[in-house]
Amino acid sequence: MSATAADPRVTAARKAPKRRMRVSWSDPRFRALVWQFIILGIVGGIVWYLVFNTNKNLAARHIATGFAFLHRVAGIPIGESMISYEPSVDTYGRALWIGVLNTLKVAGIGMVLATILGTLIGIGRLSGNWLMAKLTGFYVEVMRDIPLLLQLLFWYTALQGLPAPRQAWRVAELMDGATFHLFHETFANWQFGSGMLLSNRGSRIPILNWEPADNWILAAFVVGAIGTFLWNGHANRRQEATGIRPKVWPVAFGLLLVLPLAVWAGFGAPLNFEIPTLRGFNFQGGGTISPEYFALLLGLVLYTAGYIAEIVRSGIQAVAQGQWEAAGALGLRRGAILRHIVLPQALRVVIPPMTSQYLNLTKNSSLAVAIGYQDVVSIANTTLNQTGQAVEGIAVIMAVFLTISLSISLFMNWYNAHIALVGR
Amino acid sequence: MVGFGRWSAKTVALAGMVAAWAVGGSALTPARADGTGSATLDAAIKRGLVQCGVSGQVPGFSLPDSQGVMRGLDADTCRAITAAALGDANKVKFVPTTAQNRFTALQSGEIDVLSRSTTWTLGREGNLGLEFAWVNYYDGTGFLVKKSSGVKAAKDMDGATICVQPGTSTELAIQDYYRLHNMKFTPILIQELSEIQAAFLSGRCDAYSTDASALATFRFSQGPKAADLVLLPDIISKEPLGVMVRKGDDKWFDLVRWTFAAMIIAEEKGITQANIDTFADSKDPDIRRLLGLEGDMGKALGLDNRFAYNVIKAVGNLGEMWDRNITPMGVPRGINNIWTHGGLQYAPPMR
Repeated sequence: MSATAADPRVTAARKAPKRRMRVSWSDPRFRALVWQFIILGIVGGIVWYLVFNTNKNLAARHIATGFAFLHRVAGIPIGESMISYEPSVDTYGRALWIGVLNTLKVAGIGMVLATILGTLIGIGRLSGNWLMAKLTGFYVEVMRDIPLLLQLLFWYTALQGLPAPRQAWRVAELMDGATFHLFHETFANWQFGSGMLLSNRGSRIPILNWEPADNWILAAFVVGAIGTFLWNGHANRRQEATGIRPKVWPVAFGLLLVLPLAVWAGFGAPLNFEIPTLRGFNFQGGGTISPEYFALLLGLVLYTAGYIAEIVRSGIQAVAQGQWEAAGALGLRRGAILRHIVLPQALRVVIPPMTSQYLNLTKNSSLAVAIGYQDVVSIANTTLNQTGQAVEGIAVIMAVFLTISLSISLFMNWYNAHIALVGR
Repeated sequence: MVGFGRWSAKTVALAGMVAAWAVGGSALTPARADGTGSATLDAAIKRGLVQCGVSGQVPGFSLPDSQGVMRGLDADTCRAITAAALGDANKVKFVPTTAQNRFTALQSGEIDVLSRSTTWTLGREGNLGLEFAWVNYYDGTGFLVKKSSGVKAAKDMDGATICVQPGTSTELAIQDYYRLHNMKFTPILIQELSEIQAAFLSGRCDAYSTDASALATFRFSQGPKAADLVLLPDIISKEPLGVMVRKGDDKWFDLVRWTFAAMIIAEEKGITQANIDTFADSKDPDIRRLLGLEGDMGKALGLDNRFAYNVIKAVGNLGEMWDRNITPMGVPRGINNIWTHGGLQYAPPMR
């Protein structure tokens, strides 16, 4: 220590002097350590007791235990799967993995769609337009007040009300009114509209037959995207330097749309869709969205969007009125104020409750079992039933949801910290 | 709670049972010296009730009638076992179980016996800690289709969409059949029986598959619309539907097994619910032992010597049980007859 005492206003507060811990009850550090050991011991003891007792009880009841069943051939049929699955050779482990992917498929897309729809409705509730505000308010109340399971069963039943494959609705025919005449004329030539089919077996959509020319079109699009990104950066720098922002949209339009279209035309405008056709019991070819998946996605998105709308609305209203007025005084229009001033500030209020909604949506997806969509709960239930290993089956379900939920929480917390107000 | 329905309650119950294993003590305490030698029977006597797991949803097997009384072959099986155990068939408590939670319910002791159209397989006896005491219906997996589909046989169904309940032996049987015949199908798996039947009727599936018996009774329950539905002639698997008990309680297993034997012997001898009292002075030693008039047959099982009398008085012989529950559904008895009439039901001698 130097002779001159440090000014506490300039340097940091003085550190507490370091002392050796004494093995005495009067030393708070020793007390804390003892308590932590005791609590750790109690928790560990309880966990050990639960595991030991479960194993003892299962053994006494002659019930098989362990996770060896994951390597056994499953033999259970699975309706829809994102990876190949052959029941006669694939294992329960793979079947469960398919369930996890199916859960992620509905939860991931559901989160994106619910966020978009919820944000639009939340903004709509604040609209000056009386009809818009009332309609979106009505939507929020209806969706939040009806149990989700009921909504899922409603959508599933409604989708089953669609005609059988042989009488499937063709979207082009539905659109054959005067309004859509032009659309029909344009797309019927490419057999596009006539290939979109709605039946109780699901929505069949034509999928593009991938050809070499399509690779070039994709390459042109990627080049365009990179170009647009660079131009945007250039525009930012120019704006900072001169205060005048060069227009971005004409460049983006040219690079992202005109360039790929030109490449496409250069290859002779090829466009081949794989059109679904009725063969035997069902349509073959094309892509499909099963009624089970569609009903679950629809139910989850519409239901969760109701909650998200309220979160967005409260977030926007949490931004002080002065922000609107100050931005208005600078001459910004309402849309620009919302995009550049209010929404970025609202985001800080919105993110934490939004995390809860994402977690809810993911967990609610386990209601899939009621309408026959094979998510991880459905497949784990079947597995535990066929193998008789209920403890392991429930453990798998818990582990999967814990992992997914913790991942969502971690990401959202990171994002929350990322956008947090930085004190300057 | 918003968003949590029946399914959730069932899963919570399942998770609860699992938790009970974790925190609960072992229920398999050795029988008391003054007891019957069966922990399950002792508990049932103390409770004054036999808890019997049924489906409660399948006509002909177990379904409450307009008075709320559980009717059907599985329900009468419960009554017969209760009559043997407690002497009074009314002391039965029917516990509805799903295809998914039935084994857990029996393992955890929530029910004493499972009589729910459950197929006897090696996997179930080997892994579950449960065993089959008798078969009350020899069945097989069948297909129900709509007449308008024009399907005549299971072989026509390549590429079909099939509605089936998950967690059943049916889903495995269909998978095996399609694998064997190198065909493909799309399964629609819904746990709730009424939901899967609705999906079939709405045309979501080309076929509804389960045990042929349940298909026949489901078709029957459609009333005038039954004519639109066709039961395919193919039976693609063996499905002996049995009555399950926990392993490790052999006395209780014996009780269930000999309840069936008693009903079969009664049918062999022409003893019915109505005429049983006229056999009180029978000279036939088999009948005298069956009715507890001589020998200590019941005592050997830890029961009253008149246990078989109580069973037959309560539900009749095996044939009566069939005629009361299955015949109205228009299903012929076939291999479910007793052995003297060309069926598979054969009872070992009671002596």
